[in-house]
Amino acid sequence: MIDNLNFIYPEIFISLSIMFLLLLGVFKKNSSNLIYNLSIVFLVFTLALIFNYPPQSNISLFNDSYKIDYFSSFMKILTLSSGIFVLLVSSKYLKIFKIFQIEYSILILCSILGMIVMISSNDLIVFYVGLELQSLALYVLASFNRDQIRSSEAGLKYFVLSALSSGLLLYGCSLIYGFSGSTNFIIISENINSTQFGLTFGIVFILVGLAFKISAVPFHMWAPDVYEGSPTSVTLFFAIVPKIAALTVFIRFLYVPFINAIDQWQLIIIFLSIASMVFGAVAAIGQKNLKRLIAYSSIGHMGYALAGLSTGTNEGIQSSIIYISIYLIMNLGLFSCLLMMKRNDKYYENIEDLSGFSKNHPLISLSLLIILFSLAGIPPVAGFFAKFYVFTAVIKESMYFLAIIGLLSTVISAFYYLRIIKIIYFDPEKEKYDTDYNIGLKISLSLSTLLILLYFIFPSRLVEIVSRINII
Amino acid sequence: MNFPILSSLILLPSVGALFILFVKSDPSNNYQSSKYVALFTSFANFLISIYLWYLFDNSISGFQFIEDKQWLKGFVNYKVGIDGISILFILLTTLITTLSIISINNSISSRLKEFLIAILVMESLMIGVFCSLDLVIFYLFFEGGLIPMFLIIGIWGGSRRVYSAFKFFLFTLLGSILMLAAIITIYWISDTTDVIALYELGIDWKYQNLLWLAFFSSFAVKTPMWPVHTWLPDAHVEAPTAGSVFLAAILLKLAGYGFIRFSLGLFPIASDFFTPLIYSLSLIAIVFISLVALMQDDMKKLIAYSSVAHMGFVTLGIFTLTQQGIEGSIIQMISHGLVSAALFLCVGVVYDRTHSRLISTYGGIVSIMPKYALVFMIFTLAAIGLPGTSGFIGEFLILLGAFQKNFMVAAIASSGVILAAAYMLWLYKRVIFGNLVNKDLLKIPDLNKSEIFILWSLAIPILFFGFYPEPLINTIEVSINDLIKMYDLNLISYIESGGDHLLND
Repeated sequence: MIDNLNFIYPEIFISLSIMFLLLLGVFKKNSSNLIYNLSIVFLVFTLALIFNYPPQSNISLFNDSYKIDYFSSFMKILTLSSGIFVLLVSSKYLKIFKIFQIEYSILILCSILGMIVMISSNDLIVFYVGLELQSLALYVLASFNRDQIRSSEAGLKYFVLSALSSGLLLYGCSLIYGFSGSTNFIIISENINSTQFGLTFGIVFILVGLAFKISAVPFHMWAPDVYEGSPTSVTLFFAIVPKIAALTVFIRFLYVPFINAIDQWQLIIIFLSIASMVFGAVAAIGQKNLKRLIAYSSIGHMGYALAGLSTGTNEGIQSSIIYISIYLIMNLGLFSCLLMMKRNDKYYENIEDLSGFSKNHPLISLSLLIILFSLAGIPPVAGFFAKFYVFTAVIKESMYFLAIIGLLSTVISAFYYLRIIKIIYFDPEKEKYDTDYNIGLKISLSLSTLLILLYFIFPSRLVEIVSRINII
Repeated sequence: MNFPILSSLILLPSVGALFILFVKSDPSNNYQSSKYVALFTSFANFLISIYLWYLFDNSISGFQFIEDKQWLKGFVNYKVGIDGISILFILLTTLITTLSIISINNSISSRLKEFLIAILVMESLMIGVFCSLDLVIFYLFFEGGLIPMFLIIGIWGGSRRVYSAFKFFLFTLLGSILMLAAIITIYWISDTTDVIALYELGIDWKYQNLLWLAFFSSFAVKTPMWPVHTWLPDAHVEAPTAGSVFLAAILLKLAGYGFIRFSLGLFPIASDFFTPLIYSLSLIAIVFISLVALMQDDMKKLIAYSSVAHMGFVTLGIFTLTQQGIEGSIIQMISHGLVSAALFLCVGVVYDRTHSRLISTYGGIVSIMPKYALVFMIFTLAAIGLPGTSGFIGEFLILLGAFQKNFMVAAIASSGVILAAAYMLWLYKRVIFGNLVNKDLLKIPDLNKSEIFILWSLAIPILFFGFYPEPLINTIEVSINDLIKMYDLNLISYIESGGDHLLND
C-alpha cells in the first residue's frame, strides 16, 4: 500500500499545496497576489512531476482502482497546462472586478485535483469522488463574482442542474454495481453480460451524467447561462478544463468495462453527437453575446469529439483526443481576445462591440481571424485537421450518415463564425480598446495563434504522441 | 530535380506577404514600400514560372519536378509535381497576380497593406492547387483559397459586399465539404490519397458514381455550373477590380482543372456514366445564361454571366473526352483567364473614373477615350471568339470535339457563340459608341501609362496565341493523350469485366 503512494506524487503534492495555500491565506493578510503566483508555480511543479513518469508505464494502484498509464498522463498534462494558462490570463480581469481573492486560485487547484483523480480513476467510486470534488469547486467559481446577480444565478443554476445529473449518475453506478457485483471497471468488464437490461440502464444513467458534464445535447441547457453569467476567466475554465476530464472518463468508462456492450451504447453516443453538432450550429446563429455564442459553439465541438468516440475503435479515440487538444488551444486564444476587450475598466462581451475591431487592433484581429477560421474548420489552420481526423475515423467505420451530418453542420456553423469575422473586418469602427494587456494574455494569445496557424507544417507531431494511446 | 522549384513557387508569395505584414509602411506615402514588395515578389514568381515552362519537357508523359516529403506520418505525403496541364495554369496565375497588383494603384484606397497580403496568400494557395499531387494537399489549398477571397470581397467590395461574401463562402464550402468526405473515403478504399498511385490502382467502380458526385458537388459550385452559379454574379459585382480579376481568371479555373485531373482521371467509369448530365448542364449554361447576360444593365454582371457561359463550353469540352475537346477546354480556360481579367480591368478603368458600373451611364466614350476603345474592342472580340484571338482556338476545338461525339449537343452549343457575339457587341456598342449623353463623361481622361501597360500585356498574349497556338498545344498534348489513353483503358477493362450498366457509346 505504501509503495502505491510513490506513484501518486502529483496528486499528493497538489493536495498538500492546496492546504498550504489555504493556511497561508488565513494567516497572512493581503496575500492574494502571492497565492496566485504560488499556485501557478505549484501547478508547473505538478506538471513536472507528471513528466517525471516513464511514459510507457502502465500501473494500477489501490486494488486496480487507480490507473496511471500513458493516456492518463497525457490528459493530466493537458488539464494542468490549460489550468496554468487559465490562471495566467485571469489576474487582470479579477483585479478589475475586485474579486482577486485567495480563494480563486485555491478553488481552481481543487477542481484540477478532482479532475486528475477523475482522469486516473478505474473505479466508479474513485471516479465519483473526483467528479464531486471538481464540481463543488466549480459551483463556487461560477458564482465567484458574488455581487453580480448574473454570476450568482449562474452558480445556482449550475449547482441545481449538476446535482441532478450527479444523482442520475450515482443511480447508474448503483445499478451497475447491483448487476455486476463490483465498482471496479476491470471486474465489471469480466462480469458483464449484455443481456442484462439493468446494466444497460446503468450505462444510460451514467452517460446522462457524463453528457451533462461535457454539455452535450440534450443535457446542455445549463451551458449558455452559466457561460454568460460566470466571470469570463471562469468561463474559460469551464469551456476547456472540465471537458478534458469528462472526455477521459467517457473514454475509459465506455471502452474499458463496456467495450463488449458497444451495441448498447453506440447509438446513444451517435445520437448525442448528431444532436450536439446540429444544435450547436443552429442555436449559435441568433446569439448576440459572445460568451453565449461560445457556449453553443462548444456544444457543437463536443458533438464532433463524441463522433470520434462513437466509432468504437482506437482511431476514433485518438481522433477525439486530438480534437479536444486542438479545441482547447483554440478556446484559449478566443478567450484571450475576449479578455482584451476592455475600455476604461469595463469589459465588453457583445458581438457588436467587436465592430471594426480590425482598424484599431490589426494584430489581435488577425489572431482572432485565424482562431475563428480554425473553429469553423477551414483549412489550412489547425481546426481543419481536428475535424479531418474525426471524420477519417468515422468514415473508416462506414458511418457515412454521421459523417455527412457532421460535415453539413460544419457549413452551418461556419456561418456564425463568419458573422463575427464580418463584424470585425467589414463593419465601421468604434472606439479604441485599452491596450494595457498583461504578459500572460499576450503569451497565451500569441502562443495559441501560432500553434493554430503553423500546425499544418508539422501535423504529425500531435498524431505521433496521441497514437500511443491504445485503450482497446 | 534537386532544387524544390515548385515549393518555392508556392512559398514565395507567402514570404512576401509576411514581409509586408512586418515591414513598416507609411500610410501618407500610400504604402509605396508594401506595394513594391508585393510587385517584386509576384514578378519574381512570374519569372520563375516562365523559367519552369522553359525547363519543362513537354515530350515526356507523366509528372515532372515531383517533390515528395513525409507530412502526415503514414497517411498523407506532401507531394507536388506538374504535367503539361498544370504548368499553363501556374503561368496564368503568376501573370494575373502581377498584373492585378499593378492595377490596384487607383482602385483601392483603404487598407492597402492587408489587400496585398490577401492577394499574395491567394497566389500561394492557387499555385498549390495546380501543383498538388495528393488529394488531401489539394483540398487544403483548394479550400484555403476561400479565406483570402472572402476577405477581399467583404472588406473592399461595394455596397452589398457582406451578402456576396457570405454567399460565396457558404456556397463553395457546402460544395467542397462533400468532396472532403469523398477524399477520406478514397483513402479507406485505396489506402492512399496519392494521385499518381490512384491513377495506377484505379478505384473500384462500385464506389465511383457516389464519389464522382461528391467531387462534382464541389467542382460544380466552383465552375460555376447552372443552377449553382448564382454566387458568381454577386461576388463579382461587389468585389474590387483586382478581386474580380482574380476570381474570374484563376478561381474559376480550379474546377475545370479539377474535372480534368480528378473526375476524369480517378473516376473514368462514373465520368462516362454522368456525361449526359454534364452535357445538359453545360448547354443550359451556354444558352440560358447567355440570354440572361443579354438582359444585364450592370457591366460587371454581364461579364460575370458571360463567364458562366464560357465555363459551360469548358465543361462541355472536357467531357467530350476527345483530344480536341480537352485541349480546347484548356485553351479556352487560359484564354478566358486572360480575356475576362482584361474585361474586368476595362470595367475597372471606367469605374475608377465615374464610379458607375451601369451601362446606361456610358455611351460615346470612343470620342473621349480612343485608346480605351481600341483595347476594349480587342477584348470584346476575343470574348466572342473571333478568329485571330485565343478565344477562337478554344471554342473551335471544343466544338470540333463535340461534333465527333454528339451532333445535337454541338449544334446547340454553337448557338452560344452567336449569343456571345450578341451580348458582347451590344455591350460594346452601348458603352463605346452612340451619342455622348452623360456630360460628366467629358471630364474623364484616357488610359494612363500603367493601364496601357496592363491591358496591352493581356492583349498581346491573346492575339499571339490566337494566331499561333502551337506553344500551348505542344505543352498539353502529351499529357492529354495519356489521360485519354488511361480513360479508354479503364473503360475497356470495365466492359470486359462485365460492366452491367450501359455506357454512352
